[in-house]
Amino acid sequence: MNGTEDPSRLLRFAAPALIAVLLVALWQWLVVAYEVPPYIVPSPTVVLRTLIADRALLADALSVTLGIALTALAIATVVGTLVALLFVQSRWIEMSLFPYAVLLQVTPIVAIAPLIIIWVKDTRVALVLCATVVAIFPIIANTTLGLRSADHGLLNLFRMCRASRWQVLLRLRVPGALPYFFGGLRIASGLSLIGAVVAEFVAGTGGQGAGLAYQILLAGMQLNIPRLFAALILIAAAGIALFAATVWLSHAVLSRWHESEAAAPG
Amino acid sequence: MNLIAGLVTPTSGTLSWWGGDFATTGGPGRRLGFVFQAPTLMPWARVAANVRLPLDLAGVERTSATASTDAALRQVGLADFARHFPRELSGGMQMRASIARALVTTPDLLLMDEPFGALDEFTRQRLDGELSTLWAARGLTIVFVTHSVYEAVFLSTRVAEMGPRPGRIIADIAIDEPFPRNDDFRVSTTFAQHCRQVSTLIAGADAMA
Repeated sequence: MNGTEDPSRLLRFAAPALIAVLLVALWQWLVVAYEVPPYIVPSPTVVLRTLIADRALLADALSVTLGIALTALAIATVVGTLVALLFVQSRWIEMSLFPYAVLLQVTPIVAIAPLIIIWVKDTRVALVLCATVVAIFPIIANTTLGLRSADHGLLNLFRMCRASRWQVLLRLRVPGALPYFFGGLRIASGLSLIGAVVAEFVAGTGGQGAGLAYQILLAGMQLNIPRLFAALILIAAAGIALFAATVWLSHAVLSRWHESEAAAPG
Repeated sequence: MNLIAGLVTPTSGTLSWWGGDFATTGGPGRRLGFVFQAPTLMPWARVAANVRLPLDLAGVERTSATASTDAALRQVGLADFARHFPRELSGGMQMRASIARALVTTPDLLLMDEPFGALDEFTRQRLDGELSTLWAARGLTIVFVTHSVYEAVFLSTRVAEMGPRPGRIIADIAIDEPFPRNDDFRVSTTFAQHCRQVSTLIAGADAMA
């Protein structure tokens, strides 16, 4: 908000950036000094060269994987929120259905993915479905908790004003649940990407419309390690970008009132 | 307090006011306001939105709700802070916003449950003074719960002392002093005498328990 605490803000970006530069330099030096062959560990310059040389192929793959992750995240957000809203309608609904949400969470996606891929004809839909299954749980769990955590005093106030169930939900529970929801979204953003990559591995879809995970698989088999590294870096970057986007969104919505996002008072 | 507010139903006996059944609250001349121990403001809403909440919930029409909100904010001296968020206000100001929210429906009976208990002594005395003025201006009835003997004597026309286990009223003392009461009253001998009388009764109740 205010630019008065510039030193700390600058440091927040400068410190990790410095670490990154040091690590890359160390990596480069180790590879060159010990003459490590590129099919074991390529040097950063070789990875960068591959990234540029294979940019068309990798960009296509990235857009496929990112598309799957984003679609899954969107579906998980909408469906997860709806499920959470359903859960808080009655303890009975939550008690009967919550175990199944947990079941969805604890069963490894690698184990369910083959089934989903067999059952669903369209591979892309199957992949989105897998990633959604992985990403949905934190949204359900956090949003449910948030909707339940409405301030007791405010609930009393609403009751004394004879507020309807609907008014309590819209004016009290939903705004109060937002910080929890964004916490869930932050976790789900990373999980959706993990889900997409894992599902791609299992499906092994090649050819047209292959994602980054397939490129990694293929590069590994061909011992094209520089390309493997390049694809890996792209996945990591995509994950960071997704995470940063949810952090930004959360800050944009909550910064004015919630303690977690507010700058130091003064 | 919860009984009067309708949050708890009586185990025995009935509540009545103005000679009528208590179930008929909410009608004209029967409106209730409530101030809690904590300010209990919605952190995501601006001060004005917090104050107008009871009107919004009751479906009061927009322009008249805005007028009532502005009036209530002016009465507690928060007119300049309508656009602020609760976390940007001090504890005393949050409490005033809470009082404004209770006043916005122009209640006939205002219930206050240790509203200034968590505030520092100076803020508390200032708010007590303001409340006393407000009470005289609005002509409403206030039921005020407090643990402070001085606060009780300063504010009240009647002090009802409650004893513990089982909760019951052990004494009902009239403080028959003129209003408005100001800081001069706080240091007067009559004030001290009233305080002593109230304190003695509390000590007596403790000795019996």
